[in-house]
Amino acid sequence: MTKPSTLRRIMTTDLPVLLIVLFAMGPFAWIILTSLTPSRVLDATGVSLSPSGWSLDNYARLLRQTSFLGNMLDSLIIAGGTVVLGLVVSVTAAYAFSRFRFAGRKLFMLQFLLINMFPVVLLILPLFMVMRKAGILDTHFGLILANSTVAIPFAVWMLTSYIGAIPKSLDEAAMIDGCSRLTALRRVVLPLTMPGIISTGIYIFITAWNEYLYALTLGGRNVRPVTVAIQTLIGEYQIEWGLLAAGAVVGAMPATLLFLIVQRRLIGGLTQGAVKG
Amino acid sequence: MLTTAKTLSPGTKISPPLSARLMPYALLAPAFVVTLFIVFFPMVQAVYTSFFDLILWKPNASRFVGFGNYIKLFGDKVFWISLGHTALWIGLTVPLQMALGLVTALLLNREFPWRGLARAMIIIPWALPSVVIALMWRWIYDPNTGVLNDILIYLSVVQQAVPWLADPDLALYAIIATLTWQGFPFFAVMILAGLQGIPKSQYEAASIDGASSWRQFLHITLPGIAPVLGTAGLLRVIWVANSMDVIFVMTGGGPGYATHTLPLYAFVKARQNLDFGYGTSIAVTFTILLGAVVALYLVRTMREVER
Repeated sequence: MTKPSTLRRIMTTDLPVLLIVLFAMGPFAWIILTSLTPSRVLDATGVSLSPSGWSLDNYARLLRQTSFLGNMLDSLIIAGGTVVLGLVVSVTAAYAFSRFRFAGRKLFMLQFLLINMFPVVLLILPLFMVMRKAGILDTHFGLILANSTVAIPFAVWMLTSYIGAIPKSLDEAAMIDGCSRLTALRRVVLPLTMPGIISTGIYIFITAWNEYLYALTLGGRNVRPVTVAIQTLIGEYQIEWGLLAAGAVVGAMPATLLFLIVQRRLIGGLTQGAVKG
Repeated sequence: MLTTAKTLSPGTKISPPLSARLMPYALLAPAFVVTLFIVFFPMVQAVYTSFFDLILWKPNASRFVGFGNYIKLFGDKVFWISLGHTALWIGLTVPLQMALGLVTALLLNREFPWRGLARAMIIIPWALPSVVIALMWRWIYDPNTGVLNDILIYLSVVQQAVPWLADPDLALYAIIATLTWQGFPFFAVMILAGLQGIPKSQYEAASIDGASSWRQFLHITLPGIAPVLGTAGLLRVIWVANSMDVIFVMTGGGPGYATHTLPLYAFVKARQNLDFGYGTSIAVTFTILLGAVVALYLVRTMREVER
């Protein structure tokens, strides 16, 4: 490549990409800047753009004045519980879909796909009534179940494609060596699928961590995940944007970092289905 | 080994023992039973509830009204407003997300040094919780201290601060802009994967034949990513139609009914008025309307599974 073409590349590629990156990152960068600006300054002169005006004041207040750490723990329990429940019941189902041809297979697969398409609003109202009767409203368990409505179908589909990518001959060989089906699943298929299982688990974690409507409707008093807690940082009379921004940054951080760490593998899995068509 | 596998497959005359035939169902059972309880049972409950006049805080006054709620729906002005908004909401958001995603993907498919970094930064909006996104944009749109007005006034695009979310004529479009921002990385990533599946040789052949880059785009790129656009587009229509958390946090459906969509209307009815009978009837109606799109997507995906 010669010099003029480098200039050309910068004009036609780097610059437009930079604009899009700014557009994508800008709002979140702005909320980070807001969170670093102390409330006094924010009210007087607005968001501070230079590092000299920054402080961790809002973060300190967040930890001191609110129960934010407790909320993080609630979110962690719920998201972790959803990952466990979602993966445990889905692994065997995915194995059945990818290894057996049985009557009703397509129907069952369709059923799991269909669930994923259900409007949240259709489920949230009856779930509220059912959970109220069952007495699990506003508990971790209730919210884990609610998040599983999304996690299970997703995990079943992802894992089916991951397990499907592992040659059948491997478990057949293990079975000839005397393993039962389940031992073959545990000893041969599971270790090989582990990367796929982990990225599916991480995606479930992110989705459950970020979930808001279930958390608001089915929880909110005793069990208050971060997404709900962030919203309650809006004061009664006026919005404290500095505190709110700090809450938003802290609340968004775990899921965002996880997403960045696993993005490549995750996106590979997510796009596979779409690209094959 | 090949022969063993053959005799065991169900197509042959010797059928496997009963326990082996029941195996897949046993493996499926846990996932199936859980979803039965948390999805299908509540869904039946929703349909059932929609036939009742049920206000949650006076359960004794609950009575069967048959299709009463649905008949009421037809005369409900807010229902029709929300339906219109839902159409506008989907009709604008999905194409905008797709267009921006396509441009992003085409750029990211080129060679430049910081490609990996750019890709990671562009998917940030996808990873953020919708509550954070909604509050963040409320802050940006704020009529008094919002940065958007500051920028627009500085650039003399507008003369005075615009109350983006308080103006009934603007609010829905302001939220659509937010949703576009949230959703375009998904399209970018999907389309990028599609682009990378197109063989380079096709472009080489075309440029030897003297095809302009526009013609290459039209005759190689677009057909190459058409399946991805179709699948991702359908998925997003369903997702955008269902998504109401961002609207709920940004405006709560207001000002007035200016940002009501159907799922939001159902949610607000049930949440604020505790009118679960009417709320679920709206939700059921919305689900049936969305059903057409879902059916299209299911047919498409199941055709792939058949391979």
